[in-house]
Amino acid sequence: MPTNPINGIIARLLLVAASILFLAPFVWMLSTSLKSESRIMPKPGEAIQWIPTTDKLDDEGRTMVTYNGKTATNLGRDEATGKFKLLLDGQEVEAWEEDFTNQQRIGLHWQNYVNAFEIIDFPRSLRNTLFICFTTVIGTLISCSLIAYSFSRIEWPGRNLLFILVLATMMIPYEVELIPLFVLYKELGWTGTFKPLIVPAFLGTPFYIFLLRQFFMGIPKDLSAAAVIDGCSEFGIFAHVILPLSKPALATTALFMFLFQWGDFLNPLVFLQDDRQWTLSLALQQFQSQHTSAWGPLMAMSTVITTPIIALFFLTQRTFIQGITMTGLKG
Amino acid sequence: MTALYSLSDYDAIKPLAWVGLGNYSRLMADDRFWVAVKNTLYFTVTSVPARLALALFLAMLLSLKVRGQAVYRTVFFLPTIVPLVVSAVLWMWVFNAQSGLLNGALQQIGIDNPPGWLADRAWAKPALVLMSLWGIGGSMVIFLAGLADVPQSLYEVADLDGAGPLSKFRHVTLPMISPVILFNLVIGLINGFQYFTEVYVMTNGRGDPADSTLFYALYLYRTAFYYLQLGYASAMAWIMFVVILGATLAVLASSKRWVHYHAD
Repeated sequence: MPTNPINGIIARLLLVAASILFLAPFVWMLSTSLKSESRIMPKPGEAIQWIPTTDKLDDEGRTMVTYNGKTATNLGRDEATGKFKLLLDGQEVEAWEEDFTNQQRIGLHWQNYVNAFEIIDFPRSLRNTLFICFTTVIGTLISCSLIAYSFSRIEWPGRNLLFILVLATMMIPYEVELIPLFVLYKELGWTGTFKPLIVPAFLGTPFYIFLLRQFFMGIPKDLSAAAVIDGCSEFGIFAHVILPLSKPALATTALFMFLFQWGDFLNPLVFLQDDRQWTLSLALQQFQSQHTSAWGPLMAMSTVITTPIIALFFLTQRTFIQGITMTGLKG
Repeated sequence: MTALYSLSDYDAIKPLAWVGLGNYSRLMADDRFWVAVKNTLYFTVTSVPARLALALFLAMLLSLKVRGQAVYRTVFFLPTIVPLVVSAVLWMWVFNAQSGLLNGALQQIGIDNPPGWLADRAWAKPALVLMSLWGIGGSMVIFLAGLADVPQSLYEVADLDGAGPLSKFRHVTLPMISPVILFNLVIGLINGFQYFTEVYVMTNGRGDPADSTLFYALYLYRTAFYYLQLGYASAMAWIMFVVILGATLAVLASSKRWVHYHAD
């Protein structure tokens, strides 16, 4: 769209304002995760504090205060009078609590991270999550690429009808499938194990079958024909011609599946029973429901769960945006 | 299978007992079912258009090719990759009535008596709609790609005809990206009807306060996995399926009148 300079400036201003609004919750999460309990719950009327602070102390660990515009040291409360003794310019003075304020310095309260790690057994939840992520990614890559190959590069009767059926299952809300799945896994004795979370990935997921099929369709048929002349079997074509050419689509599939599993909540909630099996998301939710106002550790945990995903996103941004556009537009 | 269960009284322990259409007639008389239906409709009808409008607005700003476009795009997309449980916990804290970020900001601009958001039955749903706007990154990226496909020559022709910015938006941009709007609308509707994780985490699975956030999928989950009324929950699941299918088909049918596919 053509732009004139004034529109350009307005657009910039709007974009900056929107960016601040979108980023504020992230900064707030990080900031809260590094605040001590007393800083997390400010007194009414106090301004929003973005940078975590702590009371400034002198060399002997006594609180530094500002009294009448001057710096003093708090020597503690005098029980008899209820006033505080302050050391001001080498002299002791007495003052009421409301007459002086504690001096502040930037102070990061890492204890929230320590507490969060202890409460939810972070290493175990991380191990569970990574195990589920990696097995389902592998399962999805194997099953969906094979199924997509069959749907795109091999002619067989009823193929298109079956493909439409696979697509149609994407329309069914997951809640509808959940109850029969729950009964099935219960009959199989799988509830309370990782199997209900992992095995389905090896049976194919319609969304990724669709994505890969669209990609495979775009690879020229001549390449397959040439491979046949060279003596390639059908599986040989799949492994040596199609897969190497489909790296972007396979990367998108792996990435989306990994992200989905990393954040999935409903499946672990329904199928896992023992807290030793909890994934990070489930552990965070359970932690939240038991410690409703432990905002420091909660935000610490949230930061820890989110950071690897954000790092992954920055490393794979191109694949990501292409993948979204691919699924959104070629549909 | 769900269809069979929906005609039965089943808890996965005792043998299944046939009740015919009993579950469906029980649902029609279930007040909480209707509360859940109303809440879900309210949420879908408000959040889906608001999300589409914001996503399109941001995509249009980005398509002006301002400097640092990639940075802004990343910023708007970032919330979509945050695990839903994390965003739910984070927004509970943002919405916290006493010490939350939102009320802190509102007080700073002079609103002394801000609402209690999630703790207030009148404000809990608007709070969730507001939160849902944070996650528009995916739709925005799709809009952005759609906008990039609009041929520049059409704008040039419109310029020659003396069309202003609004008229260009109305007569060039909107029709040209209408297939993308349709895609985002259908996906948005389906997700809106199935809204679950955020509200489960934020209300600890209860739909508080006073059932004001008891959404359909949450009520279904409670019926199935708290009360183990699998037959009754299956009936709810079937109604959900039919409603989503109906809504999608209605949108697709209406799209013949407002979606224009490129001739190329």
